[in-house]
Formats: sequence, structure tokens, C-alpha cells
Amino acid sequence: MFSLLVLITIVLGVVAAVQLSKVYQLAAKLRNHREEDISLADNKMNAWFMLIWMIVFFAAVIYFYIAYGDFLPVSASAHGNDIDMLFTVNIVVITTVFFLVHILLFYFSWKYYYRDDRKAFFFPHSTKLEMVWTVIPSLVLAFIIIFGLRIWNDITDVVASENPVQVEVYSKQFDWTIRYPGADKELGFSNYNLISGTNPLGIASDDLIIKKIAELDEEIQSIETKLKKEGNFLPSSQVEALEDKIYRLQRHKLRINDVSMSREASSGVFSAGQDDKLVKGELHLPIGREVEFIFNSRDVIHSAYMPHFRAQMNCVPGIPTRFKMTPTITTDSMRTIVDNPEFDYILLCNKVCGASHNNMAVKVIIESEDEYQEWLDGQKTFSESLGGESEEIEESEEISLEPVAKK
Amino acid sequence: MISRQFLITAVFMGIIAVLLSVLFRIQLGWPGESFEILNAVLGDRWAPGGVMNQNAYLALVTIHGTIMVFFVLTGGLSGTFSNLLIPLQIGARDMASGFLNMLSYWFFFVSSVIMIASLFIETGAASGGWTVYPPLSALPQAMPGSGMGMTMWLLSMVLFVVSSLLGGLNYIVTIVNLRTKGLKMTRLPLTIWAFLVTAILGVLSFPVLVSAVVLLLMDRGMGTAFYLSNIFIDGEALDVTGGSPILYQHLFWFLGHPEVYIVLLPALGISSEIIATNSRKPIFGYKAMIGSILAIGFLSFIVWGHHMFLTGMSPWLGGLFVITTLLIAIPSAVKAFNYITTLWKGNIRYTPAMLFSIGLVSTFVSGGLTGIILADSALDINVHDTYFVVAHFHIVMGMSAIFGMMAGVYHWFPKMFGKMMNTKLGYVHFWITFICGYGVFFPMHFVGLAGAPRRYYDYSNFEFLNVALDLNPLISVFAIVGAIAQVLFLYNFFYSIFRGQAAVQNPWKSNTLEWTTPVEHIHGNWPGDLPVVHRWPYDYSNPQHETDFVPQTVPLGSDEKDH
Repeated sequence: MFSLLVLITIVLGVVAAVQLSKVYQLAAKLRNHREEDISLADNKMNAWFMLIWMIVFFAAVIYFYIAYGDFLPVSASAHGNDIDMLFTVNIVVITTVFFLVHILLFYFSWKYYYRDDRKAFFFPHSTKLEMVWTVIPSLVLAFIIIFGLRIWNDITDVVASENPVQVEVYSKQFDWTIRYPGADKELGFSNYNLISGTNPLGIASDDLIIKKIAELDEEIQSIETKLKKEGNFLPSSQVEALEDKIYRLQRHKLRINDVSMSREASSGVFSAGQDDKLVKGELHLPIGREVEFIFNSRDVIHSAYMPHFRAQMNCVPGIPTRFKMTPTITTDSMRTIVDNPEFDYILLCNKVCGASHNNMAVKVIIESEDEYQEWLDGQKTFSESLGGESEEIEESEEISLEPVAKK
Repeated sequence: MISRQFLITAVFMGIIAVLLSVLFRIQLGWPGESFEILNAVLGDRWAPGGVMNQNAYLALVTIHGTIMVFFVLTGGLSGTFSNLLIPLQIGARDMASGFLNMLSYWFFFVSSVIMIASLFIETGAASGGWTVYPPLSALPQAMPGSGMGMTMWLLSMVLFVVSSLLGGLNYIVTIVNLRTKGLKMTRLPLTIWAFLVTAILGVLSFPVLVSAVVLLLMDRGMGTAFYLSNIFIDGEALDVTGGSPILYQHLFWFLGHPEVYIVLLPALGISSEIIATNSRKPIFGYKAMIGSILAIGFLSFIVWGHHMFLTGMSPWLGGLFVITTLLIAIPSAVKAFNYITTLWKGNIRYTPAMLFSIGLVSTFVSGGLTGIILADSALDINVHDTYFVVAHFHIVMGMSAIFGMMAGVYHWFPKMFGKMMNTKLGYVHFWITFICGYGVFFPMHFVGLAGAPRRYYDYSNFEFLNVALDLNPLISVFAIVGAIAQVLFLYNFFYSIFRGQAAVQNPWKSNTLEWTTPVEHIHGNWPGDLPVVHRWPYDYSNPQHETDFVPQTVPLGSDEKDH
């Protein structure tokens, strides 16, 4: 109702303005006024508007800086503090320039409005002045570039820390799966061709390959049976679609064959995936240890964005990407800092990925090393989640008490 | 005249794009609330019960961006003013090839029709954002908007590029070959310099977009995998593999970044001309202005990677792009300060065109400064693809470039239509647009800094984004008021075409050649011989002359030096 009233007011305002302009035009005709002749009153009015606008605009800018300036709580990662510092420096620089330039712009616009009795100052160029505003911005930018790149290089540095936490963040429309390595501290080999209902990441093992091929065979079989039984009654387009599907499934089988004959298969990396732990809905990380993220996507490009950690990286199908960071504040401590017992860190999707793009988030929980280990131990391994058919379960249980690394 | 065809088509496209933005601002300002108007415009399929659905939202955002960037600010801005001003300001009878010129308009027209038509098809228009990144845009399984709508988007784009290339080649040839006697390159108005560099950028970069689009069409319909790899979607592993989605981004942004300057340079050229004329002062640092246009044009080709810092691109390469990107700030700073010095000790006449030009300088500075944050790869990590980016490029393109276009329309309206627009309505239009523009886009920075991703349909699920929830209704109100204010412009524009005051030959007392032609359009522009140029176009308030302007056709006095 309120918005309707606003709308009506605005529409009536426009109508009024248009009517006024008609009256004005009629009057102008009578006075023999020409549109291109800007009267002193008009020049003065606009000049004053420039000055008034400057004051209003500056007041609004300052209000926003104060009211909304502390946009995000303190950074919860080590490199995030560097980014925040760099950001502050940059904001100081650009805010200074912003005010300086606008003061000049609006002040001149106010001061030098047209008067018949004066002539503008003929001032076509001045090498000295032009040098000033070429050299000074260059110096400021050189500073910004060097400062920024040093921090960028630190963040993207590839030197691994001694005891990093490895995590794979795997995205699909519209959720995230988190994979932790098991006791062997190694993320097992996976391939998109092996993805199935129970194997969302396509983790490989000899059994799973056999199972997947059987699954595909079964599907081919059922389509062939269907074609044989009802083929004559189906519209030709549908028959074609089904035949096409058989063709695709057979190619899929061939690709799986390639996987089973790959280097990874012969070198025994396949077994590394069996004790990996797959988690949905929560990303747990210990405080104070460097986290090495590997990002993957199975369908379209997503982007894993963790604003509180000043961390983000795209998830690109076919090209694993990496990012590393060290969380510095546990969820509990952050709850005290922001004075909100409900607070949670979050990982969002930040690359448009389809209809439910805005519903693709997962909670991030930062906890102490002990809590983290305890939580991780409580998670099922991949082979356990498959129903415990594989033999690896027992192995992994024997060594599941990973020594807790603390310096 | 072709410029009028371009302008009116662009105005029409602009109306549609603004309406689309009003629709999605309603959703963003009051998420989930029911509005009759949404249901009335979008229908039951896209806005059941007056609440638009997610697919409709994404389609609106995508088409709004596409129309604004390509159809209004590229086709509309360059098409209108290059075609109008190039022959008139260089003293040519016509463009080098009238036929190519006509083709460029009709390709533009057909491409506009296809783009608009794509809004009406069953699966909806393209919805992957105006950059249409694959695999999302390559796979119809991924979203309804990647179906027929996407194909139409791509076809429309190919035709658009054809139009742009035909136009661009024509502009370059005309400027290089058809300048009248005495019009050296260093006596060209800055508008022409801007159009020349714009056309060169377009000719060099648009073909790359075509290649990106054609490869994407092949991935969609011919079973290739230029952009597809390791994909499992819709319960099935994709049959083709081995491509790279990042390849598309490189190709797209190789056009995409020069495109920003294709949009902005004509606006800057137009405002240079208008600011000098209405300050009654020569543009300060004419040669530095030409230098910065050339520098911006060159640098714009080697900065595209700053859109891709987070794609997994080598950090070293990212660092290189940081350097080249931030370098662009230097010629931009030179331009901004030169504008301000032109105003200094001027004698400023507040025509609506002048107001919009000053607005352009203000927004060019505001938007440029936030670009410094985004160009810094380390800072980009946290603001990439958030509302901070949206705020940044809307202040530069949605305000600065549009203001340049508006300024151009008010300034050259007498030349185009032989009539004057109403000044008072122009004032009201400017002030409401200026205030609402900042009202929309300034608060958006803070929404972005709070971590609000762009292209989200609804932010209310996230507690940490309360800032966004606070500010979104405010932004939406400004957007709606700003959109309604454009009715004033439309009224003024169309009313003045038919019933406006008749124009005189040189209403703004300007120096350039277009004001030496008769008010009525005649074939060949000048009735007798072509004018001969004796001086640069910025002899305003020259102390050696009585009047405060000296047209380019006035011979140099014996005691006068060339500028």
C-alpha cells in the first residue's frame, strides 16, 4: 500500500512537471525567449546546486563510511589481516583523492558560472601542471602496485607448510561436498566418469569401476530391451534418442576403461580414496593450521567464497584450483567478538551457476585441534559409507588415531 | 540520417533495459513480497502470485546487462554520434561508404529484434549473466535459460558484431581519408579522436568475441568440446571432454575489457567538446588529452586478465595484469584533472549538456577510484563478483557513459532534428538522474563489502548480509524514482522533435565545423564548397579576438600562431 502511494506521488509529480513545462514553454514563446539563451538566474541556480550537492553528497558519503564502514567482522584468517590492512591503505588513498577532486570540481562549477561582463581565462596548456598530475598519480600507483603485489605473492605462495590440512571442496548444482583425506593423509584419485548415486565425487577403486561398468551395462540392456519390445510403436525421434543414448553409454564405458588402465590404476593410488571422508553441509577446520584447499566442480563453474576469511577461488570443471589459508579465530571466539551466539562462518557460491545459485551455502566451523580431530574421527570413511563391502575398512580403523600434530 | 535511426533504436532498447532493472530491483528491495505489477508484466509463468521466480530474475539481470552494454552504450553511443559527428566535424560530404553504413544499422536492428524476441520464448531468455560463461551457457541441462534463449543471444551477438565492424571500419576510413583541407590530425576535435580510437578498439577486439561465440555455438549444437571438460550433469557423464571453460573467459574478456573503453571513450570525447564549449575556454592540455586517449586505448588490450584473478590463473600472470591495469589510472587521472582545469576560471554556461558533462567527470572519478581496489588482485579476492563490482562498473558505465550520451543528445539535438530541447526540463532531468544515480550505486559498495555476491535472487537467508537487507529497499526506491525521471527526458525528446523551438545555426556558439552547416539537412552537408579549416577547434575566449569563440574556418590572423 505504502509503495503504491509512493508510486502515485511520483507519477503525479511527473505529470505536474510536464504541465509546468508546458506553461513555461507558452510563457517563453510570449517573452520571445530562446532555449539556448541561459539566463543569469539559471546559471546561478545550477552553480549553487553544484555547491549544495557537494555538501549533501559529502555528508552522505561520510555517513555511509561511519554507519556501514565496518562491513565485515575482523578477518578470521592470517592472510586476511594483510588484505584488510592493504584495503585500509587503499581506501585512505582513494577517499583522499575522491574528496580533493570533487571539491575542485564542484567549487569551480560554483565559482565560475557565466556572467556577461567577464571573459574566461585563455589557458590552453601548461606542461608543468600536466607533469604534476602525471607524475604524482604514477608515484602513488607505484606504491599501491608494489604493496599489493607483495601481499598477493605471499597469499599465493606455493611453499607448503609442515603439517597442512588438506581439503577438497567439491561443487555441483547446488551444493558442496567436502572431502578430507583418511589415515593415509592422501586424497584418493577420482574421475567424473565414475560418479554415481553412492559415489558423488567419482572416487576410484577396482571394485567401483567394475560396479560402474555393470551399472552402465544394465542401463544399456534395459534400453535395448525397451527398443526391442516397443521400438515399433515409438515415434522415430524417440527411438533415435534412445539409440543415441546407448551410443553415449558405450562411449562412457570406453572412457572408464581408460581410467582403469591409467597410470593411477597401475600405481595403486586407487586404494587411497577408500578411507577418505566425505561430508556435506559443514566444513570443519582446525585453528592455526594451514589449510590447503583443492577446488573441483562436476558441472558448471562455481566459486567458493568465504568472506570472513577473505578467501575465494573459482571451482572449474576439469581444472582443479587451489587456495591456502590459516584460520585464526574459532567459531566460538568469533561469536564472542561479534556478540552473537548464533554466528557462523559461511562458504557461499559466488559465480552464477543456475536457478538456486543463491541457496548454495555451507557452514564453516573453526574449532580447536582436539575438537576437530574428534569430529573427523566420528565421520564415516568413504568405504564405510558404501556399506562396508570393501576390506579397507579394517585397515583404516586400525590407524584411525592419527597423531595430533602440535608445535 | 543513420545517427537518428541508431539513437531512436537505442532509446527504445534503453527503455526496455531500464524497465527490466526496475523489475528485478523490486524483487531485491522487497524479496518474496507480492507485487501485482510483476505478475502483470511477467505473467504466471515467471512471476506466479506476483513474486518473480529465480529463473526470471537471472534472465532479467542478464538481458539488462547485455542490452545496456552492447545495444545502448556501444551501438547507441558510437552508432549515433560517430555517424552524426564524423562527417560533420571533419568537413566531409558523407561517410566513406554509405552502403556499409546502412548495413551496419540494419544488422544492429535485426540483432536488437532477436535479442528482444528472446525474452518471449518458452524457456526464457539467456540467464547466465551478461558474460554467459560456459559450461553454464553451453549446457541446456544446466538451466532453462541455456536453451533456445541462449542460442538467440549468441546469434544476436554475432549480428551485432557484424554491425559494429561495418560501422567501425567505415569510421576509421572516413576519419583518415576524408578530412577537409587544413584539418590536420592535431586540429581534430577530441570527439573525433575518441571515435577513431573507439573504432580501432572495436575492429581489433570484436572479432575475438565472434570466435568465442562461434565456438560456444559449436559446443552447444555440434558436439564439440572447446569449453567442456570432465562434466557430469543431469545424471550422466557428458560425452565430450577435453576443453577448457577458462578459454572462453580469455576470449570473452579480450573483447570485454576494451569494450569498457569502447563504451567510455566516446562519452569522454563528447564531454571534452561540451565542457570546452560551455566553459568558453579551450580544453586544457589538448595534446595530453589525445595522448591519454591513445594510452587508454593501448592499455585496454593488455588488462583483460583482471577479470580472471580467481580462475586458477597463474598468480604470476595475475600480478602482471595488476600492473597493466593500474597503469590505466594514469591517463585517466590526466583526463580528469584536465577537465577540472578547463572549468577553472571559465565562464560556465549551464546548458543541460554541460550539467551532464560535469556529472560525467564526477562519476568518472568516483567509479575510476574504486577500480583501483578491484585491480589489486589481493583485494579482489574478497570483493570479486560482489556488489562492490556492480557498484563500480555501474558508476563508470551506467552513470558516466550514459551521462556522456545524454550530454551528447542535449548538445547535438539541434543538429540532429533542427529543434531545441526544453532547457528547464533538462535541468530537472539531470538533477534527479544525478542524485538517484549516486543514490543507487553509492550504497551498493557497502553491500558488496559486506560480502554480498552479485546475481543473488534473495539475500535474506544470510544473517551476515543484514547490511544488504537494510540498504536494498533504499537502493530500489532510488532506482525506481531515477527510472521514472527518464520519462521527463523521453517526453522532452519526442515532444521537441515535433514541437520544439526551431534551432538556429550555431546555438551554442561553438567552433567546430558541424555548426557551419545549414539547420535543414541537405545532401552533402554544405551547400557550396567544403569549409577550409585554419585553426584548432578550441579557440574560446582567445584574448586576440573580440568574441569569445573563433570558428575553425576563420583564418589565422597575421599575429596569431597555430595553437
